[in-house]
Amino acid sequence: MGYINAFVVGGLICLAGQLLMDVAKLPSARVLIIFVTAGVILTAIGVYEPLVKIGGAGATIPLPGFGYSLAKGAFKGVEENGLIGAFFGGVEATSGGITAAIVFGYLMAIIFNPKTKP
Amino acid sequence: MKKNQPSQSDYEKFIEDKIPKPNYLKNCTWAFIVGGLICTIGQFIHNRIEAALNLSHLDATNATILIMIFIGASLTGIGVYDLIGKRAGAGSIVPITGFANSIVAPAMEFKREGYVFGIAARMFVLAGPVLVYGITSSVVVGILYYFLKIR
Amino acid sequence: MLNKKIGKQTIKFLEAPKIISANAIVGPKEGEGPLAQHFDTILDDDLFGLKSWEKAESKMIEETVKAAASKIKLSIKDIDYFFAGDLLNQLMSSTFAARDLQIPYIGLFGACSTLTESLSLSAMMIDGGYGDYAVAATSSHFSTAERQFRFPLELGNQRPLTSQWTVTGAGAAILSNKGKGPSIAYATIGKVIDFGIFDANNMGAAMAPAAVDTIKTHFSDTGLSPSDYDLIITGDLGVIGMDIAKDLLMKEGINVSHNFSDCGVKIFDHEKQDTHAGGSGCGCSAVVFCGYLYTELIEKKIKNLLLVSTGALLSPTSIQQGESIPSIAHAVAIRSS
Repeated sequence: MGYINAFVVGGLICLAGQLLMDVAKLPSARVLIIFVTAGVILTAIGVYEPLVKIGGAGATIPLPGFGYSLAKGAFKGVEENGLIGAFFGGVEATSGGITAAIVFGYLMAIIFNPKTKP
Repeated sequence: MKKNQPSQSDYEKFIEDKIPKPNYLKNCTWAFIVGGLICTIGQFIHNRIEAALNLSHLDATNATILIMIFIGASLTGIGVYDLIGKRAGAGSIVPITGFANSIVAPAMEFKREGYVFGIAARMFVLAGPVLVYGITSSVVVGILYYFLKIR
Repeated sequence: MLNKKIGKQTIKFLEAPKIISANAIVGPKEGEGPLAQHFDTILDDDLFGLKSWEKAESKMIEETVKAAASKIKLSIKDIDYFFAGDLLNQLMSSTFAARDLQIPYIGLFGACSTLTESLSLSAMMIDGGYGDYAVAATSSHFSTAERQFRFPLELGNQRPLTSQWTVTGAGAAILSNKGKGPSIAYATIGKVIDFGIFDANNMGAAMAPAAVDTIKTHFSDTGLSPSDYDLIITGDLGVIGMDIAKDLLMKEGINVSHNFSDCGVKIFDHEKQDTHAGGSGCGCSAVVFCGYLYTELIEKKIKNLLLVSTGALLSPTSIQQGESIPSIAHAVAIRSS
C-alpha cells in the first residue's frame, strides 16, 4: 500500500514537471525553482503535509519535498526561537541533504570524468 | 538592434507549423513511471532503515534523502543518469536524485578548470538557484508564521 | 578595380583561385553517419588521446591542415595565410592550432558560417596576389560547444526536438592559383539578419532567413539562376531550417525544389543517431565540404556548387540578456575544373 502511494504521488509530481517543461516550455532550471518554492508555499498553507502523509517518500523525494522540509524547519525554528528561528530553521532541517549533496558531489567529481553523450 | 525585417511576427506564425511538437503522452508516461519508481525505491529504503536502525520517522526520512542523493551522485559519476534523463525528463529531474545530478554534472565537467574555480565554483551553477529560492522563501514563510501565528 | 565586385554583395574572382587540396577529420559519431566513407580520418576517441576536449579540437584543426598540405606535398612553411575559426571563446581551438602551425594567422568568428567566410577571404588573398597559398580551416566539437553554450554532458536533461547536434570535426581547404582543383568563381558576403527568434534550441529557424537573403542576393548580383547549379547546399540549417528556407525561397520566386540540400541534414542519420533536427557547428559544413563535396567536385559528379554556410551569432550572454538570435550566411560558388 505504502509503495503504491509513493509511486502514484511521486509519479504525479514528476508528471506535472514534465507538463511544465513540454506544454509551458519552461526550462528545467525554472521548473525546479517553481517546485521548491511551491513546496514551501504549499506547506505553509497546510496542503503539502497531508500529501506527505499519503505519499510518504513519494512526496518527500521530489523537489517540493525539499521545500516542505525547509518550510517545516522554518516553522519549528520560529516556534522554538522566535523570529530569528526563521533564519536557522529551514537550513537546519535540510542541512543533511545539502551537506550530502556537496560532499558526495565533490567526491564524485574527483573520482569520475565526464563522457560524451552517445 | 532594429530587426531588419518588419514581418517578424508573421515569420513566427509562418514557422509555427514546421516546429515538431513533443510526444506529450510518451514523455508524460516516462516521467510518471520513472519518477514513481525513484520514489518507490525511496520508500523501500525508508521502510528498511526505519525498521533496521530503529530510527524515528523524521530521521528515517532524512537518512533516505542522504542515500538517494548518494545514488543520484553515483549514477551521474558512472555516466548513467544522463541516459535515464534523456527518456525520463522530469521523472529524473524532479526527484532529489536529479538535484544531486545537477550538482555532480557541472562539478565533473569543469574539473579541467581546476579544483577551486572548476569543481568547487561550478558545483552550484544549476543547483544554486534552487537553494536561493528555496531557502529565501522558507525564511519568508517563517517570518510570516511568526507574525500571524505566534504573536 | 571595382570590376571585381558585382552587384551589392558579390565578388567575382577574375582568376578564380583553386582549391588544390582538402581534408576532413571527424569524431566517432560522425564516423557512423551516412557520409563516413568520405572522411579522411575518423577518430575513435573524441579526446584524441589528450587531456581535454578543447585540446582535442585544436589538434583536429592542426592535423587536418597538415594532412591537407601533405596530400599535395606542400610544406607548411610555404603557406602564406591561415584563416581559421571555431565556436569557442576567443577562438581557442584555432589560436592554439595556429601557435603550433606557425603560419601567419587570421582568426575569424562567424559561428557556423566560418567555413565560407574563411574560403572567401582566402580566395580574395590569392586573387589579389597577396600570396601563393592560403588555408581555410574550421572546427567544432560537440563536447566543447555543449559545455560553453548549453549544459554539462552528464546532466540528465532532455534535448528539445528542434535542437541540433554539434558536429565533432575539422576541415581544411588549401587555396592557390597554382595547381589543379575546383575553382572559386564567386563569393557573396552576407548581412546580419534577425527575424526575432529567441529560442537558442531552434537555430535552424533563426538562420534560415539569413541563408535565403544571401542566396537571393547572390542570384540578383550575378544574374545566375538556381538551374545554373547542380547543388545549392546550406551549412547547418537542419531539417526544420532547411524546410523553412526552401519555402521562403519559393516565396521569393527562386525555385530550388530539386537541387537544394543542407550539410546538417546530410551528415547524420537523424532517426538512428538521435540527433533531432540535424548537425550544426563550424565543423558541420567544413567536413561535409572538405570530405564529401570536394571529392564530388573532383570526380565531376557535381560541376557547379553553391555552398552557403550559415551561422547563428548568439552567445550565452546574449541569450541570457533576452536578445534574439542574429544570423549570417556567406555563399561561395565553386566550379569543378
